[in-house]
Formats: sequence, structure tokens, C-alpha cells
Amino acid sequence: MSAADDRDPTATGPTTPDHRGEAATNDHHDDRAADQPTAGRHAAPDQEAAADRQVAPEHEAAGRHAAERAPDGGARPLVEAPADTVAGEVVLRLTDVVKTFPGVRALDGVQLEVRAGEVHCLLGQNGAGKSTLIKVLAGVHRPDSGEVMWRGEPAAFANPQAAMRAGIATIYQELDLVDDLSVAENAFLGHEPRRLGFVRRGHMARRTRGILARLGHGEIPPGRLVRHLPAAGKQVVSMARALSHEARLIIMDEPSAVLAHDEVDNLFRIIRELTAQGIAVIYISHRLEEIREIGDRVTVLKDGRTTAANLPARDTPTRDLVSRMTGRSIEYVFPDRPVDEPAGEELLTVDGLTRAGEFADVSLNVRAGEIVGIAGLVGSGRSELLETIYGARRAESGTVRMDGRALRAGSVGAAVKAGMGMAPEERKSQALLLGEPIYRNVTLATFGRYSRLGFTNAGRERDEAGRIADNLELRPRDVRRAVGTLSGGNQQKVVVGRWLLGDTRLLLLDEPTRGVDVGARAELYQVIRQLAARGVGVLLVSSEVPEVLGLADRVLVMREGRVVREAPADELDENTVLDLVMAGSLMEGAPA
Amino acid sequence: MTTDSTKAAPDRAALPAQSPPVDPAQTEAAAGHAATAKAPNRGRIPFWSGEGGEGARRNLGLLATLVVLVVIGIATRPDLYGNASWVWGNTLTILKLASVVGVVTVGMTFVIIGGGIDLSVGAIVALAGVWCTTVATQSYGAGGMIFSALVVGLAVGVVNGLLISYGKLVPFIATLAMMVAARGLAAEISDKQTQVSDNQFINGIASTSLLGIPLLVYILAAVVIAGWVLLNRTTFGRRTVAVGGNAEAARLAGINVRLHTLLLYALSGLCCGIAAIMLTAQANSAQAAMANLYELDAIAAAIIGGTLLSGGRGTIVGSLLGVIIFSTITNLFAINGLSTEAQNMVKGGIIVAAVLIQQVQFGNLGTRFGRKRASTA
Repeated sequence: MSAADDRDPTATGPTTPDHRGEAATNDHHDDRAADQPTAGRHAAPDQEAAADRQVAPEHEAAGRHAAERAPDGGARPLVEAPADTVAGEVVLRLTDVVKTFPGVRALDGVQLEVRAGEVHCLLGQNGAGKSTLIKVLAGVHRPDSGEVMWRGEPAAFANPQAAMRAGIATIYQELDLVDDLSVAENAFLGHEPRRLGFVRRGHMARRTRGILARLGHGEIPPGRLVRHLPAAGKQVVSMARALSHEARLIIMDEPSAVLAHDEVDNLFRIIRELTAQGIAVIYISHRLEEIREIGDRVTVLKDGRTTAANLPARDTPTRDLVSRMTGRSIEYVFPDRPVDEPAGEELLTVDGLTRAGEFADVSLNVRAGEIVGIAGLVGSGRSELLETIYGARRAESGTVRMDGRALRAGSVGAAVKAGMGMAPEERKSQALLLGEPIYRNVTLATFGRYSRLGFTNAGRERDEAGRIADNLELRPRDVRRAVGTLSGGNQQKVVVGRWLLGDTRLLLLDEPTRGVDVGARAELYQVIRQLAARGVGVLLVSSEVPEVLGLADRVLVMREGRVVREAPADELDENTVLDLVMAGSLMEGAPA
Repeated sequence: MTTDSTKAAPDRAALPAQSPPVDPAQTEAAAGHAATAKAPNRGRIPFWSGEGGEGARRNLGLLATLVVLVVIGIATRPDLYGNASWVWGNTLTILKLASVVGVVTVGMTFVIIGGGIDLSVGAIVALAGVWCTTVATQSYGAGGMIFSALVVGLAVGVVNGLLISYGKLVPFIATLAMMVAARGLAAEISDKQTQVSDNQFINGIASTSLLGIPLLVYILAAVVIAGWVLLNRTTFGRRTVAVGGNAEAARLAGINVRLHTLLLYALSGLCCGIAAIMLTAQANSAQAAMANLYELDAIAAAIIGGTLLSGGRGTIVGSLLGVIIFSTITNLFAINGLSTEAQNMVKGGIIVAAVLIQQVQFGNLGTRFGRKRASTA
């Protein structure tokens, strides 16, 4: 058993029920414990030994699909599988791949194994590392450590062209097509067939027609401008490009996101034809029902790690998959809730807040000294709701009131003046000036307070920021250092710390612990609880259900833009919340 | 299940999660110590990498460039540089030459740091110059002329700002349109004629010297100092850096990004108004074609001075040095009797060289060259 395997048990941490009782004992802990055996069983294969995975995993799945797909998929493969690929052979294997960016460990030990002819699904929340992983495979990033084996040989792609030549094609969510070139020109972009420097247009068109026919879309004329194709057609062109490179592995990043329902069926038909030809597909989607339908095996990522590898796509209970995506991968310890706290004044009152397509008719309130958590998956409208309350988006209807006074819609300034502060979801792009020193980031919302007649007082700002740095145990402590050099957790402390200055009475936290390491998490939880103890109201959004349950006093569950449940945190347990969060489409076809 | 927990146990013991608030702190602190031990100068930041240090380093590079230019001057014309009084006079000539563009560049630096660009500065100078030298304006005397130049500059800047911040036009397009329109308006007002300034006070601005130094240089110095204070010591300057560095973060921190953007273009316009008076005074006249291509001179100077074209970084001192480097080159070519054509080619080269040097110096050398190119095995 190698060192890599020793790490796996921690990675699949939620399955170990001991140590649980030490945290603040809430009901949900016991319920989770009761659920453990199920999860434990599924975790077992990848905990045993790497040899297990390599020699005798569930590769029947791939074989079965290759054989059975044709009848149940409704479309027969148009082309026979090429002879050079044996169905079920491992084409890609990633072992302990690590990729760090300044301040962030984007990939922290990823294991992945993809077989020829299978649809391998990647599951994970935003920020779990999926995009980085794709970019590593596509040759955009190079891993810091770990091994990438491509068709039996170690591979390090210097650039996307190298990956493409090696047979790995990536279809990004925002399709990288040139709108004003024709279908054929797009399919062969960068490797046009040419003679003496002239593009062989006829030859190119013929080959494109052949590829399109192979994809079952012979009706698309190779000479048409891509601009005039619908989204589904553009996707077909992207796939044609992949095939023009004779790709052996096609990575699809949320391909269904831009498609209508019936177009998704067509996409699946194409994918089945590709896999029948022995091509491997890595399929990324947030929609579990799609994974059930098209996927063979699933690998789940969380916080840059593989939390589960090679689960059977059809038979793994939904709850299992989701808890691996959202559950704690390591025990977090939450500060105790104060007992018998007197209910504070109502700070924030939201009434019937609506933004079409994002959320509808949301009403909630937050009292002073209370932590209210919003649980929901990506796309449930939770972040949009938070931004709307903060005035960063303008509500279409409904009101936001602080202390009973209505706030001007769509005005962040008004919200800040009324005592709100927000730590947004995307730390780097929404909250920080990475090149600026820490203290200037801490005082970004308050530097005006320390100024006199418009002149800033840098000394005072440094002192105040230093006080915050001490409070939050910021490391390194030097507030003149550029904030971009800090780790994710410390950057987040800077963002939260910004609102500890001045008189913020309501703090909106959007995914406060994303990309934050374990130690810093515990500290952040402590800070948030301390703030509440000081009478600050906190409205917290997190896709990690345990975090919401462990930290909040009261929990709202959001699904598809609506609040579906509101209850004190100790009346809910993780399973109930997970069911609520995923109910509806996600539960369909789930054998949970 | 039992195997699970036994396997997990060693790992868990190492994790700080079990007794929360104290342990992680200690572990991280320990890690911090380890890091400090490895790199002892981490704890105390050396002066050159501290706050504002990078800007200062860049400016040292610009000073070095200036020194090189002077050395070239000494090498090519030792006869002139041997004469101390000529050197002093020549220095003042260079500064005087730099003064008008310098004032425009200060405004441009603010706009670029704030994440924008202003292509209309030359046209604004021309419009303000023409406006303040019409017969009607001249009848109000020097005060009326100065007032109208400043107000015209400010007003055009405000229009730019409104178009960009509230009309949501791309700065490049809005100011490009203004560049064309303002020159058109200037030609219309002046009827394509050169308007001579009869006001002796205005004309005297260019010819007067105080303590041996031309008034124009004092004006440049005043604008530069005001700009430096505004950028580095006021909330306005702080907001400028925030808006240019990360507009979304600034907005979510409660900064009124739109209003601030508007003010930046207004400031640039105001600087153009000041420059218009200076230029009119120098020529004793104004016309629609004056201040031709000043926008490019100002942008080039700001960029040479280390201002990031994408915003969020830049210094007033750097921009000033950029302008002075340019006028020194012009001067160098003049005293050597070389053509403006050759001069322009050298200026182009200098712009490219400055940006290349900054990339190498301040980009991460490790990621750029350090890693070996790996390809598919």
C-alpha cells in the first residue's frame, strides 16, 4: 500500500463516524452517523488499494455500455470502433495531481482513471477544482506534482496544441468557435489541410462533411457560417473539431448548460456514438440526472481532492454523491451556540424579493446577534439573493429593510450606509485588490472614515488593520504586504475583517470558507460566532450543508430560487436538508 | 467500519480539528515559524519591496534612463555640455518643453490608473485654447480667458465621464468620438483661423521667469505636486486605485464607481484646460490644430512611467519622468541637428523597450523562464 493510498481515507473522511460526538452535539450528527454504513461501503473500494482499482474495478460498466448502448440508446453507431483501442482499456490515469496558484491549492491530490469507450463523469461544486483539472488535461496548466499517464505513457503537455495532438480534445462551456468562419474552417481551425500554403477548401469541406455525418449531423452544411447555427449546432461543430484531431478523449465542460431539453437527448446520442467508437468522454455537469443517464462511472472532487473515484454512475445513491460533493471532507469544529440568548432586535427584513430567473418571492429576516444560514446548491439563487439584498443587483419586486427602513434598490452605497457588509463569493474578482497591501484592502470600505478633509490617514489605517489582523490571527501579520501573497484562508480573513472596522451590523457572507484550509476554517467559524455574540447579524450562504447546520442558528433551504424550508438549525439534520436541496429533478431515477 | 477508523486514526491525530480554536492557530504559527526560519528576511520587509517600493524601483530605472540620455548628450556634444550655464539653460528648456504635455499627462495618469483611457486630451486642449482666444472671451481679460479655458476643459471632461460611466460607452470609443468632435467644434469656432491672443498677461505666462525659472515650469511643478498629493494622500486617489484595480470589489465595498469614473475624466479635462492656457501663452495664439497628438504623447509618457494600461497601478512621478525623458530625447536630437523622423523612431523604440523591461523586471521570472519546456513524452 503506497503513501497515496494512505491519504484516501482522509479524503473520504465523511464516512468515519468517530470523533463526531466531540463537536457540539446536534441531532444531525446522530443521523449522519446512522447513515455512515452506506457511505462506508461505497468508499471501501478506493480505500483498499490502488491495485484494486487498477486491476479489477467496475470496468464491466464500460464494456456493458459499449455493447448495450446501441439498442437502448435508440441509435446504432454509424462507424465501427477503430481497431487500435480496446474497449475498457485505461487511457488516462491521474495520480496525486497537485496544482497550486498563489494562495490557493486548486488541485490537492486528484486521482482519476478514464477508460476507452466510457463516459466518465466529474462531479463537484464550483471551486472544487474541476476547471483546473480540465485545464491540466488540456495542456493549459501543468501540474506541480503528481503523474498524468496518457495511453500508458507519462505525459506533460506543454500547451493546448500538444494535448490536442496527443488526442485530448476539450469542449469548453463557452464554445471556443470563431463566429465568422464557416463550419469547416472552424472544425479544422489551426490544422487546415493545405498544399503549398493554400488551404484545400474542397478537401476540408469533404472531410468535415464526413465527420458531421459520423456525428449524425450530415444536414449541417460545412460552408455555413458558425454565427448562423443554434447553440446545439455550435456544439456539434466543437465536437467535429475534436474528431478532426482524431481525439481519443473528449472533455466536455457542462455541455448541456446551453441546450434545450430535446437537444440534450441529441447530445447524448452523439456521446453514445463516440463511446461506441472507443473514444473516452469526460463529462462534467451539475445535473445528476444527466450523469445517471449518460455516465458510466463518476469521480467526485471536493476542495481539489478526489473524494470518491469510479463510483458506478447509475447505482450510487444520490445522497452519497451529493454528500461527497458538499459534505465535510474533514471534521470541522463549530463553536458552540450560546444558550438562551435573548432574541435581538430585527435587523434585516426582506419581503417578497424577486428577480426573474434567479429567485422569486423570498422573504426572510435576520435579528441582531443571529446567524441565519442559507443552504442550497449552485444555481438555487442563493448568491444572487445575497447580492440583491446588498444592493449589488436590483430587485424586480419586493423590499429590503434595515431597522424597518426600506433601502434604495440597487444601491450598494445605501446598504453599506445602513450597516451592511458583504464578503462576496469570488474573493479575488469581487473583493480584493490583489496587488495592494493588506491594510488598504482591510480599509477599502472604511478609509473615508479615517480621512480628514479628504486626506487619508495611512498610519491610522495601518493601526486599525493591524488590530483586525491580530483579532483574526492573520498570517503573515505585516499589513503592508500585498494581499495577493496570502493564502486563501488569510485572504478571506481580510475580506471579513474589512467589515469589522466601522459599524457593520449585518454581515452577508457568501461561501466564506471556499478554498480555505481546515485550520483557517475553524478560525473563521470562531470569528463569525464572536461577531454574532457582539450583536452583529449574519446571513450566511454555503453549499456545504454541514457548515450551514453547524454554524447557523436558523436555516433557510433554497431550491430553484425559492425558500422551501425554514427552521432552527437544531431541528434540521443533514439528510433532511440534502433531500430538500436536491428534491425534484435531481432525485429522479435515484435509487437512494 | 472498524478498518475505516483505524486507518483513519493516524491521519486524524495529525489534524488540528479535534480541539479547534487553539490547535490550528498553533499549527499554522509553527508553520509560519518554519517559513521564517527558512527565509529569514521574510519577517521584516526590506525597504525596496515594501509599500510603494515597486513604484520607487521603477522610477529609479527611469532616472537611470535619463542619466543615460544625458551621458549620450555629453558624448555627442561635449562642447555644449562643457558650458555650465548652457547646461542649466538647456535643462530649463527641456522642462519648459515638457510642461504642457506634463500637465496633460498628470490627468491622463489618473484616468489610466482608474481603468480608463482618454484619447480626447489633445482635442480638448485645442477646443479650450480656441474658446479662450475668441474675440468675445478676450474682451473679459485674462481672468475671463483662464476661467473659460478651465471651464471648457472641465465641461468636456464631464461629458466624457457621463458618456462612459452613465452611458456605458467604452472609454476608447467615447473619447475617440470626443476627439473628433471637439476638434471639429474648435475649427468651427475659430473658422479654421489662427486666433491671436492680444492679452499681455496670458502671453506673459510663457515668457516670464521667476528666480530664473520659467513660470511654465512652476505650473508643471504645481500640477505634479497636486496630482501626487491627490493620488497618494487623499480618498480620491485611493478610490482611483480601487476602481482601476478591481471595479467590482470597489463597488461591493460601497464606493460609487460611476461617480468616481466621471470625476476622473473631469479631472483629465481640467488638466487639459490648464494646458490650453499654457500652450496659448507659448504661441501667443490658438488654433484648432494645436496640441496635435498630445493624447499619444501623454499615454506613452504614462506607460513609460509604469502606469498599467489596464488600471490599478501607476505613479505621478513615473509619468513626469516619462514626459521628461521624451522631451530630453527631442532636445538631444535638436542639439545634434537630427531630424524629427529619426527622433520619432527612437521614441517608438523607447516605448517598446520600457514596457519590455518592466515585464521582465516585474513579471515572475520563475514562471517565465525557470521551468523547462516539457512536451508530450
